[in-house]
Amino acid sequence: MNINLKILRYNPETDRRGHWEEYSLEADPDERILDLLHKVKWFDDGSLAFRRSCAHGVCGSDAMVVNGENMLACQVLVKEVSNPIKIEPIRGLPVIKDLVVNMDSFFDSYKKVMPFLINEDEPGERERLQSPEDRDRFEDTTKCILCAACTTSCPVFWTADTYVGPAAIVNAHRFVFDSRDNASKQRLEILKDVNGAFRCRTAFNCTTACPRGIQVTKAIEDVKRETLTIN
Amino acid sequence: MKIIRHSFDGVIVGAGGAGLRAAIEAAPHMKLAVITKLYPTRSHTGAAQGGMSAALANVEEDNWNWHAFDTVKGSDYLADQPAVDILCKEAIDSVVELEHWGLPFSRLENGKIAQRRFGGHTVKEGEAPAFRACYAADRTGHMILQTLYQKCVSMGVTFFDEFQVLDIKIDDGVCKGVVAYEIATGDIHIFEARAVTFATGGFGKIYKVSSNAHSLTGDGPGILYQKGIPLEDMEFYQFHPTGIYRLGILLSEAARGEGGILRNKDGERFMERYAPSIKDLAPRDMVSRAIATEISEGNGAGPNNDFVYLDLTHLGAETIKQKLPDITDFVRTYVKIEPIDEPIPVQPTAHYAMGGIPTDVDARVLSDAQGSILPGVYSAGESACVSVHGANRLGTNSLLDIVVFGKRAGQSMVDYVSSTKPYSLSDNAAEDLKNKIVNFMEKEHNPNFSVPKIREELQDSMEENAKIFRTDETLTEQTKILSELRDRYKNVTISDKSKVFNTELLEAIELEYLLDMSDTTVASALARKESRGAHSRVDHVERDDKNWLKHSFAFKNGDSVKLDYKDVELGNYEPKERKY
Repeated sequence: MNINLKILRYNPETDRRGHWEEYSLEADPDERILDLLHKVKWFDDGSLAFRRSCAHGVCGSDAMVVNGENMLACQVLVKEVSNPIKIEPIRGLPVIKDLVVNMDSFFDSYKKVMPFLINEDEPGERERLQSPEDRDRFEDTTKCILCAACTTSCPVFWTADTYVGPAAIVNAHRFVFDSRDNASKQRLEILKDVNGAFRCRTAFNCTTACPRGIQVTKAIEDVKRETLTIN
Repeated sequence: MKIIRHSFDGVIVGAGGAGLRAAIEAAPHMKLAVITKLYPTRSHTGAAQGGMSAALANVEEDNWNWHAFDTVKGSDYLADQPAVDILCKEAIDSVVELEHWGLPFSRLENGKIAQRRFGGHTVKEGEAPAFRACYAADRTGHMILQTLYQKCVSMGVTFFDEFQVLDIKIDDGVCKGVVAYEIATGDIHIFEARAVTFATGGFGKIYKVSSNAHSLTGDGPGILYQKGIPLEDMEFYQFHPTGIYRLGILLSEAARGEGGILRNKDGERFMERYAPSIKDLAPRDMVSRAIATEISEGNGAGPNNDFVYLDLTHLGAETIKQKLPDITDFVRTYVKIEPIDEPIPVQPTAHYAMGGIPTDVDARVLSDAQGSILPGVYSAGESACVSVHGANRLGTNSLLDIVVFGKRAGQSMVDYVSSTKPYSLSDNAAEDLKNKIVNFMEKEHNPNFSVPKIREELQDSMEENAKIFRTDETLTEQTKILSELRDRYKNVTISDKSKVFNTELLEAIELEYLLDMSDTTVASALARKESRGAHSRVDHVERDDKNWLKHSFAFKNGDSVKLDYKDVELGNYEPKERKY
């Protein structure tokens, strides 16, 4: 089938602002959006810039806005979106070139919530025990691939980039609800802050955007509720 | 193009499991940088699914000797047995250590780490399939990558994200540092470092249908090969039996570990004929050959008879949801079928390089087949060949390899740095890379010599001539094609002349590594006149221990490849006929 692809292009070396460019190409309905971008890059315009690696939705490189919604370009097929297909960089982060944004502030927010297991107790020579039920409490948020689709779909984040954002809260949740971790209180103190979890206005954009199917808004609500348990 | 200088004691190239594990070991003891062309969490370790084996004996009796036996037998006796002993023995502490760092393993009712069956892993040296693979649903690699990155964040490890290392500086046989390209700016960075570990992963992109990420282009092995360092056992490339038809996306062996069955067009469980005792859980080389044979004999399914089915329909929705959530999601996303109700079309997919940069058990890089050490240079993970996988890797042993030998690489860096003094590099260190880039920037673009065209022909021809079954004829044909592609590569041009995020430039440089990987694969395969593990010669069907119980070392010799050989280190297990 013939596809009319519109890409928001920006080259900092020549452009003052972004502009739309159109590409007409033949595609199989079963191809990924990422395959279309490769067709443009490889056989039409080699300067098109986008990130990609695994091409099947596990590395988190290619989050972008497709027809107005955040998704991974490698996880959506041509037949699932309407034609023409409009592609833009994810919103709220500075654009470096074309579909590539600067991820620094995103990873800084992630690091703020201490995204690592903290437990000073001597663990012994074998594994710590954890019941399947305790393990299940944080199962959903272990799936995060840090693609930024959730955070950059959040209207609060668009207007206040000091907000840590959904992805950071998801990664806090992963440890707050892990029975092996001893630092929930410290993390929850950070998330009680003015730029923490209570900035969330439950728009649910993040849940819709998550390519891993994480119940992001629910995780944020869990964290909000948990902050009420500390004094 | 700016040239920026950095001074470190050690540099790790690549931030997948092996690189991060090495960093955790080395960072407390030196000024260390980890350089990755991606972000660490984008590394392909994250795509590993099924598990990481260790004889924890959480489900049933097990011990690391049985694991070692299976690994050696799975390797078709090409693995170096002292190295295999280290892998299997250190496996147990490695898994426990990851758990202590927070890895969310799936759990048994008693709270211990859950373990599942996997191909080629048995109890009592072949008696029955073993519950040995420790797992976190079917996203074990993701959890390992996340946990190791989290640990690095907690330690404050220094990362250079989206910097691509493209050159190593070795003077008088001693490593002095690396040169990298900053993707966001086009600047060149000189990293002084007397200890350098390459943990750059594999090179599945030499084939058309692959489970590998676009980024897996053999950068580490390519950089060293171009400096005269040999590559070991390149003819042994693993094709995973169950890639999604045409796309090659991996569907974990865990699917069969949990009871999934392969069926041909008639619904026959054909593995019963090829491996009567462990059937669908035979090692990957055997299962991939069985599928290829079924297809070539007309038993493949579909209008072109070119795939078989992976049938999970008898497992039940609950098992699939709990234990195989990701791979069944891939099937829903890309094939649009429901694996709870329908069998999945699959075909073998290029998956894992058993070969790579030769190292000893301390991850020290060897510069020849006699075992000479290249001081200051290390490699671990898929980019390295220790060799613990020999001619065929068992499932789950790659995740084990990255942590066991990643740690050893880190320890070796510490030992080396503490006993040597820093070297300095002048701005001249950037000259070679700068010239290469300037050449691409100045050469006028000619679409007839574009990167995608040459790469596509490379991948198509490797798929055709150097895949599961090989002959003198197909490999000789491929040698000619590669020679012609290399001639064309000399004139390759790019259209993008910009400094910012010029990934066309990087794809052009990576293409040379892909050509290097293909040359060494085909030359080693053509010379090896036997069938062993993943290397199947239709014209030499038997394994030949008398002449070929040895590792291939492929050296760059102008535009061609020169071969040398190193004897396999045996141990407890004498080579025997491999039956399952």
